[in-house]
Parts: sequence; C-alpha cells; structure tokens
Amino acid sequence: MKKIVSLLLAVLLCSLMFSGCGTDPSKVIRVYNASEYIGEGVIEQFEKETGYKVIYSEFASNEDMYTKIKTTSYDVLIPSDYMIDKLVREELVQPLDFNNIPNYQFVNETFKSPYYDPDNKYSVPYMWSTVGILYDSTKVKEEVTDMSVMWNKDYSGKIFMLDSVRDSIGMTLKKLGYSVNTTNDDELNEAKKELLTQRELILGYVTDEVKDKIISGEGSLGLVYSGEAGKAMAEKDTLKYAIPENGTIYCVDAMVIPANSQNKTGAEAFINYMHKPEIAAQNALETFYGITNVRGLELLPDAIKNNKGLYPDATILEKSEMLKSEGNINQKYLEIWNQITAAN
Amino acid sequence: MNRRWYSAPYLVWSLIFIVVPMLMVAFYGLTVVGEDGSFIFSLENIKRFFTPLYLGVLGRSALYAAISTVICIILGYPAALILSSKDLKHKSVMMFLIVIPMWMNLLLRTYSWLSLLENEGLINQFLRFIGILGSEEYIQFLYGEGAVIFGMVYNFLPFMILPIYSVMSKMDYSIINAAEDLGANKFNVFRKVIFPLSIPGISSGITMVFIPAITTFAISSILSGNNVNLLGNVIEKQFGIGGDWNFGSTMSLVLMIFILISMFVMPDSEKESQGGLII
Repeated sequence: MKKIVSLLLAVLLCSLMFSGCGTDPSKVIRVYNASEYIGEGVIEQFEKETGYKVIYSEFASNEDMYTKIKTTSYDVLIPSDYMIDKLVREELVQPLDFNNIPNYQFVNETFKSPYYDPDNKYSVPYMWSTVGILYDSTKVKEEVTDMSVMWNKDYSGKIFMLDSVRDSIGMTLKKLGYSVNTTNDDELNEAKKELLTQRELILGYVTDEVKDKIISGEGSLGLVYSGEAGKAMAEKDTLKYAIPENGTIYCVDAMVIPANSQNKTGAEAFINYMHKPEIAAQNALETFYGITNVRGLELLPDAIKNNKGLYPDATILEKSEMLKSEGNINQKYLEIWNQITAAN
Repeated sequence: MNRRWYSAPYLVWSLIFIVVPMLMVAFYGLTVVGEDGSFIFSLENIKRFFTPLYLGVLGRSALYAAISTVICIILGYPAALILSSKDLKHKSVMMFLIVIPMWMNLLLRTYSWLSLLENEGLINQFLRFIGILGSEEYIQFLYGEGAVIFGMVYNFLPFMILPIYSVMSKMDYSIINAAEDLGANKFNVFRKVIFPLSIPGISSGITMVFIPAITTFAISSILSGNNVNLLGNVIEKQFGIGGDWNFGSTMSLVLMIFILISMFVMPDSEKESQGGLII
C-alpha cells in the first residue's frame, strides 16, 4: 500500500514538473498532422536540437482537421492541397516568413507555386503522392503503361478499384484524355459509361485494403496511392507500381501556420527542420510517401529513388493534375458514382 | 417521493441525444443551402430521393433486411425453443455460446469472416488442401448479395433468439399441461398454445433484426467489397465525400419513416389475428 501511495506521489510530482517546465509558451508548439505521417523519433530529435516542446496530435482526415481547428489552436498543420486552398480562401492561415525557413531552398521546384498557393506565401510542401496501379508481375505479364490494363478482360475478377469517388472517376477521365476536375457533362457521361463496362470485371471497390488484397493474391492488380504501393512493394518483391504515361492524379500535403497560432517562430523552426535533407529522407523512407526535398531525395536508396512508379519522370508529372474541390463538384461526382455502383 | 422523477435522467438523456438529433435530421432533410449559405425550406431533396436510383437502393435494402429477418426466424425460433425446454442439459453453456460473439465488436467479427471467406481465404485454402478444389480454383463466397445477407444473419441472429427465448422461458407450463390433458397432440399444443404465446418474442425479434439490417453499411461494405450498396452506404458517402448533409438527412428521414411504417404494419396485424387464438 505504501509503495502504491509513494508511486502515485512520484507520478504526481513528475507531472507537476513537466507542466512546470511547459509553462513557457514561446517554447511550445502544437503540431497537427495526418496519422502515421512522420518518421519515428523525428519529433524527439527536433526537441533535442532546438529546445522546443512539441505537442503532437494526429487527424484521420482533412475534414476532421478542418472541424477541429475551429475550436482548438495549433501552430503547424499538415493538410492536403485542396484543404489548403480552402484554408487560404477562408483566411484561416497566415503568410510565412521565409527568412526563418532557409531549408525552403531544397524544396523541389515542381512543387512550388501550386494552384492553392500560387505566390508561395502560405505553405511549404511536406510530402506528395500519386494514384497508380499496383500489380503482381507474376500474374500481370504485360508492361503496365496506362489505365487500359484495368479494363482488360483477362484479369476479370482480379481487379480492385478504389472506393474513392474522385480518384476512381478522375483516373477514368484521365484515361479518356480529360481533366480530372472536369465539370463537362459529356465528358463525365463518357467516364460513367467506361466505369459501367468495367464494373463486371471488378472484384471489389475498397480503399485501405487494396494493398493487402494484392499482397495476399486475392487480386492481381488495383488502383492505389503511392504510399500504400511503397509499403506493398517492400513486403513482396513481385509487386510493381506504375503510373499511366498520360498522367495521373497527384496530391501534395503541405505545412501551414494557422492564423491563430500562438508561436509562429516555433512553427517556422519546425517547418524548417522538416526540410533538413536527412530528416526529409527519413520521413519519406519510413512513410513511403514521396519526398519533396531535392537533397533528401539523393539520400534515399537507389531502389526507391530510381523507381519510376514512385518518382516518375518530370514529363509525366507535367501531364498530371491535383484534385480540386470547388463548389459542388464533389456532389456532382458522387451522383455519378451512385449511378455506377448503387444502380443495381 | 414521486416515482416519476426516477425517469428524469433518461428523459434528459433522450432529449439531448435522441430528440434533438432527430429534429436536426428533419431540419437538414427538409431544407437546402441557398447561395448565401442560408437554409431554405424545400422539398427538392425529397423529390430527388423519389427517383428510380434511390428508390431502388431503398428497395434493395428493405429486401435484404427482410430476407435476413426471415432466415433469422427460421434459424432462431427452433434454437429458442430448444433452449427454453425444461430438460435441456448444459443450457448455460449454449446460452454462453450464443452470447459470446456479441462481446466482440461487429466490425471485428465481420472482418474475421473476410479472412475466412476470401477467394484466397482459409476456407478456400483448406478445400484446396484436401483436394476438393484445384490449385488455382476457388469458390467465390464474398463480393455479392449472398455474403451481405449471410453477414446480416450472422451478426443479428442473437437478437432474434434472445427475445423469443425470454418469452418462452417465462411461459406458464400449466397451460401446456392443460392442453395436453385435454387431449391435444404435440403439434396442436405447439400450434395453438406455444406459438401464439411466443408471438411477442417474435415481434420484438423482428424489430431488433430488421432495423439494424436495413440501416447497416459496414456489413455490406466489408463483405461485398462495396459491390452491393445499401441505403446506409449511400447515406454515409453523402455525409462524407459528398459533403451534402441536406440530402444525406433527407435519405435518413425517408428511411426512418419507412421503418416506422413497416414496424406499425408488421407486429400489430400479427397480434390481432393470432393473439385472438389464445383466448
């Protein structure tokens, strides 16, 4: 009994101590990131090297984050492109002082001046990903260069499509040579017909499970995000990941500072630290997402940085697009998706 | 002290967590967002629901839920009958076996079926191992209507067995003895005494199976790989990716009214027509 009491007291004392040293607000930064989206120990290293204390929390989706920041104040957010567009338009983020972020020079030019931040005022790219085809090369013998393999009857009942309205319709639009953000009814109708003919070949429309289903052999090929593909390839050698030659959908997650941040200097120090080449490389290596840091890219193992699926040529990237969700475009796409998947 | 006050905590609870959300659903369901962001009363979404696409989804959901309910009665009624019989040994063990899966989360239970029933799952691998299937062959259990109905029956069967069992185990045996004394054979005792007395149990069993079955989205999503889309799935997407809370609420509202109507129609007619037999 005595032991328990003294243990409790010790715990109490410790917590008092911690709350004691946490009281200097200029040394505390609150970071809000997507789940499992940072290398192990990176936060601790940052704290050790800079003396800041990081309160780190994770969100499951951009929409969750958007709801949360209305009531809670953070110093660094790492949302996706379309969400940053929304945050900028609603003036929920503030301009950055790039004098405090010297490592910005290492950021790949491809990811600078994006549509959501054309003047590079508010955001610093974190990592990026693509949508592509994960396939088992022992079952899919042909070379995968475009989306048509997903309509190949030879693989009937072995194909998985993403249960993601914008990605699946978007990749189909891309196959047909249209923009992934089109609102043209004729183009969308064409994509709908294409997806309806594909439906009987599809084993399932899933999201997080595509990776596992291809690894287990349940399916031979499927649409996935590049981070998932990276994990799958690390688990099974015969798996390959390809991006359509006529372009794909890509997504950039970037770091921003909310307008109500209480420690802008600390936040900028954190953003700068994330672009230290070795830290950027560690994050990319452990999460399997694409690195946006040019120097960091050089530090990655050859097998990863030379993988044309994960790091496609600039020409393919030029033909690729980011998803935009202005107005009621998601509604429009969902209505089409329902007509495809819920009609019978 | 006034006994009525005892129900105050529940009243407050149901006001906050049942009545208010329902009113919000009704509010969202009967409005649309105007261009300036204000809510405008409109039946537009109701009209949008009553198109072949969404009515078809509702019809499918109701059909699958009804089929599952019927299968649950066919499987559950004899089970409850056996469980409630006086001279059954190991009754507590059997009860335990029925209840124990309910200790686990529905999603976990459903996901575990996935690893059993997949084309490359344990059952197919076993069938290959014992030579019933060739090395590349498989039986496709999942990805269709059958899997969804199976999942519903599996998950909701205890909700059919338990209410029937609880009614039957409270049954007054002197009535059954009386029927036997008066010369009724076993079949007639069941038809004229046991079955009519167990109808309240069946009624609540139907309610407890049909409602979760018609509103589910997890079971259909997991076991059919989203090939079978029920109203729950369509509503979920409307709130998620679609971001249209108004149309999502409209669908929920129509579904609630549909359930309400079907619940009024079903057990009441049974009570009246069959309940009379007891007297």
